[in-house]
Amino acid sequence: MSKFQRKKGKGAQRINTASLPDIVFMLLFFFMVSTTMRETEVQVRVTVPEATEVKKLEKKSLVSYIYIGRPVAHVARMYGTEPLIQLNDKLVSEEGIPYESIQDFVLFEREKLPESDKNRMTMSLRIDQDIAMGKVDDVKKALRRARALIINYSARKEYRQQGRQR
Amino acid sequence: MARETPEVNGGSLADIAFLLLIFFLVTTTMDIDTGITRLLPPEPEEDQQQDVQVNRRNVLVVLLNRSDLLMVGGEVMDRLALKQKTIEFFTNPNNSPNLPVMEQTEIQFPPGSSSLLPPDGVWRGLTSKGVISLQNDRSTTYGKYLQVQNELVAAVNELRNDFCNLYFDKDYDELNTNIPMEEEIYEGIRQIYKMNISESEPKDVGGRN
Repeated sequence: MSKFQRKKGKGAQRINTASLPDIVFMLLFFFMVSTTMRETEVQVRVTVPEATEVKKLEKKSLVSYIYIGRPVAHVARMYGTEPLIQLNDKLVSEEGIPYESIQDFVLFEREKLPESDKNRMTMSLRIDQDIAMGKVDDVKKALRRARALIINYSARKEYRQQGRQR
Repeated sequence: MARETPEVNGGSLADIAFLLLIFFLVTTTMDIDTGITRLLPPEPEEDQQQDVQVNRRNVLVVLLNRSDLLMVGGEVMDRLALKQKTIEFFTNPNNSPNLPVMEQTEIQFPPGSSSLLPPDGVWRGLTSKGVISLQNDRSTTYGKYLQVQNELVAAVNELRNDFCNLYFDKDYDELNTNIPMEEEIYEGIRQIYKMNISESEPKDVGGRN
């Protein structure tokens, strides 16, 4: 009856999406700033232990990674389930103490650093907490021979209650 | 007459941004690397036989056997008690003949940096000659080993921190080593409480299976 009847019921009201790009860009920039590029695919399963005295690793460019752990499923099909050592991105197949692989690895990584930082190279050991020390000792022995002496046992921060500590 | 510029359709901008966002989500990691930094001893030269004679009272043997049991200085111990034991070992508060020899030392700090130091900034006091010998079996689990390392590091850190708090009213961690004066303090305290942890070659220290 009325002339000015509201149009309604014809589809839901459309939400204004003009600001959607802005929101998404904001998210994008957040992630770009707060993350780092993933450089290697880790082929062994590593859960690093917890510790209270951990410190942040300062200069990422000085750090090379050594992983020790049991291989992930698709790698295990080829190599079996025994713990493996991975140097940055490649698996070590050397039998016994991996003197040669680590020597080569250390030389190669050291070559990439500028002259002034060569003796500050840090080896970050990302080792699964359930691995037996035998493998770790082998790696440490090889690192000593290769003169890569600064190591960092990777660990998560553990928060302990002050009272229990005694 | 000014023709109006046709407006660009911004509808797909969100899609593009989403695409980029997902790309970054997938290819990047967010974890910050944390860990305990240690220095390995250099490999001894072939011809030099290193058999450093160390007084027995100066050595604390920390053993981890294959069933992850901890033995410190001849007694089985809980991991959480190790820190206190280490602090006692490094300070020898009662001058006990079973604990390490304490040595009179002079350490130079920046003059005038602390009211508790004499005007020339030289700290005179006792420092420990103690060494901790950490030994593990090849079957010890790494997690347990690192926990023990952590306790040892925690003990030394606490000693350094206490000293730093007492003399310089600051946490040891907060010293900025880019400032020459604070770096001198940092190094000085490091000299007073040295992190003397020797890791011997692993041997089969035995234990129940």
